[in-house]
Amino acid sequence: MLKLENVSFQVLADDDKEKEIIRGVNLHLPAGKLVVITGPNGGGKSTLAKLIAGIESPTGGRLFFRGEDITEKSITERARLGIGYAFQHPVRFKGIRVPDLIRIAAGKPLSPADACEYLSAVGLCARDYIDREVNASLSGGELKRIEIATLLARKPALSVFDEPEAGIDLWSFQNLITVFQHMRDTIEDSSILIISHQERILNIADEIIVLKDGRVDRRGSRDEILPTLLGTAAAIPGCGRIQPMEGGGAQC
Amino acid sequence: MLKLDEIQKRLLREVADLHTVPEGAYNIRSNSQSAGRQSTANIEITPKTDVSGLDIRIKPGTKNESVHIPVVMTESGLKEIVYNDFYIGDDADVVIVAGCGIDNCGTADSQHDGIHRFFVGKNAHIKYVEKHYGSGDGAGKRILNPVTEVYQEEGSSMEMEMVQIKGVDDTERVTTAELAADARLVVRERLMTHGEQRAISTYAVALNGKNATADVVSRSVARDHSYQKFDAKIAGNAPCRGHTECDSIIMDEGRILAVPGLEANDRDAMLVHEAAIGKIAGDQLIKLMTLGLTEQEAEEQIINGFLQ
Repeated sequence: MLKLENVSFQVLADDDKEKEIIRGVNLHLPAGKLVVITGPNGGGKSTLAKLIAGIESPTGGRLFFRGEDITEKSITERARLGIGYAFQHPVRFKGIRVPDLIRIAAGKPLSPADACEYLSAVGLCARDYIDREVNASLSGGELKRIEIATLLARKPALSVFDEPEAGIDLWSFQNLITVFQHMRDTIEDSSILIISHQERILNIADEIIVLKDGRVDRRGSRDEILPTLLGTAAAIPGCGRIQPMEGGGAQC
Repeated sequence: MLKLDEIQKRLLREVADLHTVPEGAYNIRSNSQSAGRQSTANIEITPKTDVSGLDIRIKPGTKNESVHIPVVMTESGLKEIVYNDFYIGDDADVVIVAGCGIDNCGTADSQHDGIHRFFVGKNAHIKYVEKHYGSGDGAGKRILNPVTEVYQEEGSSMEMEMVQIKGVDDTERVTTAELAADARLVVRERLMTHGEQRAISTYAVALNGKNATADVVSRSVARDHSYQKFDAKIAGNAPCRGHTECDSIIMDEGRILAVPGLEANDRDAMLVHEAAIGKIAGDQLIKLMTLGLTEQEAEEQIINGFLQ
């Protein structure tokens, strides 16, 4: 599905010296897998996600998606090839309504029932959001869930989520996990790449990659890697206060 | 009887959403002539005798009726000043659709200056929609200088939607309003300028009566080398509430001057202004590009949404 060959990314730091954020990363993400990238803050996780989506361009190495070299391809081209990307900090738009954004994501006209399906999958009561703009009137948690709904509508072959759990505390991890599992089940051969520290998300990974200082520190199956992370900052237990809802859907 | 060519019909659709003769009262002005006029039992439209223009009298208590008074101009070099006075009776509730479309394929400037006065009776409610549109590829400019004066009696409410999205080369819009007690004014202005266009919009609202409220909001986009000035002043002369807001997207080599002004002449006047000018945020473009839009398509979606 996705292959990274010796990918590097350097930036010019404040002291005018080159700083290497990603250092020669090699990675292979097979089809149909859910892979979680974890590791300490500043280790390069979000940068790696942006390199995959085309938001940043690597200073070295090549990227391949379904066998095609996508290193020089733009964000738009990668999106059209089937790469989806959910922002860590979702963007606000004055005037663009929630269903408009879902429709743009789907790339085709949507019936209210279709838009409703994607919104209720992320625990939002669709009728409350039909006329809402994706603007500052929405809470961080609502924006985060709408962001995830845009990927559900898009149905990409590869979905990249950058810290999807951040800000969704009023919903629940369990529902989020239901969404990921549902995506895996319904989009054929799709792969999901999640950047996360959360133990509950690490728990559903087929494979875990630990990124540290811009390098792959270690990688392997969940059973191999997760025990080595427990108790470290790379695996934070979920908040126990929130009870998951049955089935993960919205109740309205 | 209406005799309009295809260009005139297109202009009518652009400025008044009219595909056929409207229901209710109307006057369609085409190249300085009336191309059709109709009064109703409650709404009387009569031409002025001293100057060019109309008197529109709406009987007290008239409900759920509409008045359309669109203007279309297709002759290059035409310049006109039109005076339209609206006398709206107490307790009336009507929709008024104005608007002007100019198609100028010639080399001489075409100009329409509409002077509209609204005398809004007690507890009357008016929704006023005014769209301006220009087309044609002649070197002659399309110029619109609307002047709108609003006089609101006690308990009346006026909602004004002013839209100028395309093709008008030069505009100086002046809107003034005086509000008595419990009157309410809501203005929503949407403006986009491109090319070498210039648009100046000035508001002066006087809140003279107790509990009068005004909410004047402009959203605009300045593209290419265009220039915009938004100058909105609200004066609170009684215990009242006023809010003015200018929110603009600047692109290319565009220039925007926002001059929000508040004047409180009463201790219990509550007045707020907000003004923000900025380019399209890079992460907005990136988000829409990750959904498969090109950069240009993303820009169009953002602007369309912003001006909706």
